[in-house]
Amino acid sequence: MIPNLETTTPMKSSEERAHESGRRGAVGTRPASVSPRPHQGAGTVEPKLTVRGLNAWYGKNRALHDVNLTVAPRSVMAAIGPSGCGKSTFLRCLNRMHELIPGARAEGTLLLDGQDLLGRDVDPVTLRRRVGMVFQRPNPFPTMSIRGNVAAGLKLNRVGGDHQEIVERTLRQSALWDEVKDRLDASALSLSGGQQQRLCIARALAVEPEVLLMDEPASALDPIATAKIEDLIHELKERYTIVIVTHNMQQAGRVSDHTAFFYMGDLIEVGPTEKIFTNPSEKRTEDYVTGKFG
Amino acid sequence: MNALGWRRFVNAFWTVASGTGVLVALVPLASLLWLVVSHGAKGLSASFFVSLPTPVGEPGGGVGNAIVGTFFMVGLASLMALPVGVGAGVYLAEKGDGPAGRAIRFTAEVLSGVPSIVIGIVAYGLIVTQMKRFSALAGGVALALIMIPSLARSTEDFIRLVPTALREASLALGVPGWKTSLRVIIPTALGGIVTAVLLAVARAAGETAPLLFTALNNQYWNTDPTQPTASLTVQIYNYAISPYEDWHSKAWTAALVLLLLVGLLNLMARLLSRNRMAGAR
Repeated sequence: MIPNLETTTPMKSSEERAHESGRRGAVGTRPASVSPRPHQGAGTVEPKLTVRGLNAWYGKNRALHDVNLTVAPRSVMAAIGPSGCGKSTFLRCLNRMHELIPGARAEGTLLLDGQDLLGRDVDPVTLRRRVGMVFQRPNPFPTMSIRGNVAAGLKLNRVGGDHQEIVERTLRQSALWDEVKDRLDASALSLSGGQQQRLCIARALAVEPEVLLMDEPASALDPIATAKIEDLIHELKERYTIVIVTHNMQQAGRVSDHTAFFYMGDLIEVGPTEKIFTNPSEKRTEDYVTGKFG
Repeated sequence: MNALGWRRFVNAFWTVASGTGVLVALVPLASLLWLVVSHGAKGLSASFFVSLPTPVGEPGGGVGNAIVGTFFMVGLASLMALPVGVGAGVYLAEKGDGPAGRAIRFTAEVLSGVPSIVIGIVAYGLIVTQMKRFSALAGGVALALIMIPSLARSTEDFIRLVPTALREASLALGVPGWKTSLRVIIPTALGGIVTAVLLAVARAAGETAPLLFTALNNQYWNTDPTQPTASLTVQIYNYAISPYEDWHSKAWTAALVLLLLVGLLNLMARLLSRNRMAGAR
């Protein structure tokens, strides 16, 4: 199984270096020491997200073991791995949705622009405005119109400004504007599944997050709608930092700059997507990406 | 008989058996409707809905005051029961997984199983003995006590039907939990909650026992909550236990009116819940 990497844009060298450090810290299941933050040398980009020693539990069940990685700004990081490997848990730790599940908790260091996010004094509500999320199944608010859905975050958070303008801009960003501009007041449920998912992306973008988390955003969609979402991801990374969980390795190959492979709660390997798929350092990564298991 | 024949026989047997079960179950319903309509329809007239009751032997007269009284007391009961019942339901659905929630849920279950005559006695002890007078207020309290537990449980059920995905979508936008409940979850469950309210109202409108010694009865118009008040159900009861033939026929007609009223409420509830389902695909 050889993923199509042609659409993957070449990485900038600065980003490359930022990620090298992340990979070094992440290789192996129990790094003896936490990897240092990358130096702010000339041409080195400060990571958008830094994850150090992240552990997550569901009750007594440990779902993540000491995960270490960094995500460069305006890049796409894909998390892959078999079902139950912890990749979704990892994603949900990044905006602290994980802790909403009764009995679930997470420990470790999670930095957004160098600011700690897991501290007791950090308000998860404020964090979630900076780290948006798109879910596996399209979940528009059924009681609201298309317009209402996009503006929901602004309205519910009492954010001022020209909502009309933001609705149009985010719908254009999510490549949905032309399809819905004549029926903005129609129910969000009147849209097809793929349109609903792009609506959910517009809704997440409207609150102007810096990071966008996507939890298998195309797994409930047909191939055409999937292609649209993937094109969209390419455009969105001009402005946002994206972390995407996917079951589909070809998709990871097509959309991501870097790929993290999770297995049984461990981060096995993280690095440039091309390297993960063609020349992985770890045997388990190779077995997974070549389809020997998973 | 070969295997296929045997299977056909078993199939036919159980089809007939279950069909018979349905017919038997329908007999009481059909006979109830038939009895009420056949006895009640002939007394039905416009004046029956708007007139005061008349003494024995006097023609005409109606149950206008009882209809108003039923609406009045159910209204009073709804004013008390809606905030408490729906509020408790929201609490149970949102925060009801702890020991407090379990205690409330258990209480609501026990309370909804209490015979309505006992609820009437409680309202009598709480209100009538204090005011030293039968009153619409006491009747309203009794009906509210009947409405609250069923409202709480059905509100909880309807809110729990709202997919977790919607709650997560709202929280992921950085909307606080309480606002997510108020602006996203409850509006989504609103159709169901309104259905639950209508069903509770319909049930309260059909109660007799809790009103017998709380609101008592009244031969005249009354909308003063501190005065005894007529209701359709108690009026039917009084007419039915009387020895007079013309009051008996009035009891049938009043029963038909009550049946129409409760039926209408149930129908509205059904239509609302059907639209809700259609909205959620």
